[in-house]
Amino acid sequence: MTAIPDTSLIATSREQSIRSAEDAFRAEQRRRRLRGRLLPVVGIVSLIGLWAALVYVLKVPPFVAPSPQLVAFTLVDRWGVLMTNLLPTAIEAISGFLLGNLAAILIATVFVHKKSLEQAFFPVVVLLNTIPVVAKAPILVLLLGNGMEPKIAIAALICFFPTLVNMVRGLESVNPQQLELMRVLSASKSETFFKLRLPNAVPYLFSALKIAASTAVIGAIVGEWIGSNTGIGALIIQSTYNFDSAMLYATVIVGSAFSVMFFLTITLIERLVVRWQPANLH
Amino acid sequence: MHAPAVDCRGVSVRFLSERRTVTALEDVSFSVQPGGFTSLLGPSGCGKSTLLRVVADLIAPSEGQMSVLGLSPEEARKDRSLGFVFQDAALLPWRTALQNVELPLEVGGRRSLPPGAATPRELLALVGLAGWENSYPHELSGGMRQRVAIARALLGGPRLLLMDEPFGALDEITRDRLNEELRRIWAETGATILFVTHSVYEAVFLADQVLVLAANPGRVAAVETIDLPRDRDLLIRDTAAFVAIAARMRAHLGKGTH
Repeated sequence: MTAIPDTSLIATSREQSIRSAEDAFRAEQRRRRLRGRLLPVVGIVSLIGLWAALVYVLKVPPFVAPSPQLVAFTLVDRWGVLMTNLLPTAIEAISGFLLGNLAAILIATVFVHKKSLEQAFFPVVVLLNTIPVVAKAPILVLLLGNGMEPKIAIAALICFFPTLVNMVRGLESVNPQQLELMRVLSASKSETFFKLRLPNAVPYLFSALKIAASTAVIGAIVGEWIGSNTGIGALIIQSTYNFDSAMLYATVIVGSAFSVMFFLTITLIERLVVRWQPANLH
Repeated sequence: MHAPAVDCRGVSVRFLSERRTVTALEDVSFSVQPGGFTSLLGPSGCGKSTLLRVVADLIAPSEGQMSVLGLSPEEARKDRSLGFVFQDAALLPWRTALQNVELPLEVGGRRSLPPGAATPRELLALVGLAGWENSYPHELSGGMRQRVAIARALLGGPRLLLMDEPFGALDEITRDRLNEELRRIWAETGATILFVTHSVYEAVFLADQVLVLAANPGRVAAVETIDLPRDRDLLIRDTAAFVAIAARMRAHLGKGTH
């Protein structure tokens, strides 16, 4: 007698094996995601631990380097002073960011429409960009005085160049067939600009803005080094001269935390605006 | 008898560069009847895309006369009598399928459809994309992107549809399916179609007239009327009549090469 294989039984067992494979796969994915989030935390915590151990074991005096506990205490204890000084730096960085990028976008638009202007002035822009920030800063302080203006100008200048270059590239790197399409549709120059070139440039613009978000803060701080009584840059100089290492570290942490938040804000706006690209192109 | 949809008389196109002058087209003459489906068949470099661009007023002829729907190419373009489908779909990636089809209503001084013309949604349904209106181009396959491009070209009911190797980048199976659908769309819209391809099968299957071009310089090697039933499906490609016509086309192409 031969046994007739029960096909329905085979089907159910195959479904079961597929389901258990899916479950195992999902569990593995979850494990990997968790690991991906935990490992950076482990890295930071162990580095801080190493720092604390080194300061303790080597008996490093507080005017050379503080212990992490002391920095944390200073952050809390002098929070008011830190925030009072962050405010001008933030205003300078954000104003410079807006001003520099706006100017870059406008000039890129002019360049794309008037090729002769681009040919005349792009080399000038490149030349100005080769001057280091620390060299531009004193010139601007002499020109604009001791207030916020020179810091805003430095932050703006530092943002300007990458955005100009990227914006020109974004406006010009339009698919030739898309341009032909606009011509077949008898689109005017301004329609082609607003419907085709400008949206095409938006991803390019955002990659420049993300760079500009962190460099604008650097520009404001460098400006404050040259001549200022308030701001993150001034606080860095003061605490260095006072051998107040804990305050110096706390100031640096506040400054870079602001930088990171600025960058993340731009990244968030980018995600909301640029929704048309597949994620893997970022 | 109507005026021809496209009437091309002795058209030459030369591209000047510092090193040399390239003659892309030399003394090309042909005409397309209204409502006809004409394939421009030829090897790469024979100027078939250039010829299509002269019809669309994207390139000005160096010599000769081109008349499109009884007008100059420029007038026909400004009149929105032309639809153009490019080799890569040329969709705007920041617009959904529906918004891409609507683009012609936002530029060139057109804000509304002529009375009785199909709406963007109806055109997407016509090309088989009902339900995909809100998808972005990167979410669509290559074949679907070309369908969107065809729907966009059909907006406003153009009397002449110009297609520049629209299925050249697609796999053969998708291309076959779109070929069949294009025949159906042609029948439903009644537009005149000028279709550039380098595939003998595609040229013969689609058209009722094939213009064979030869390269260096681009010129007309032969004009053939395709004597196949108007109702066709892909199986027709295995019939003796089709095979004979295709063999004749290949012979024309062979003569043209050096």
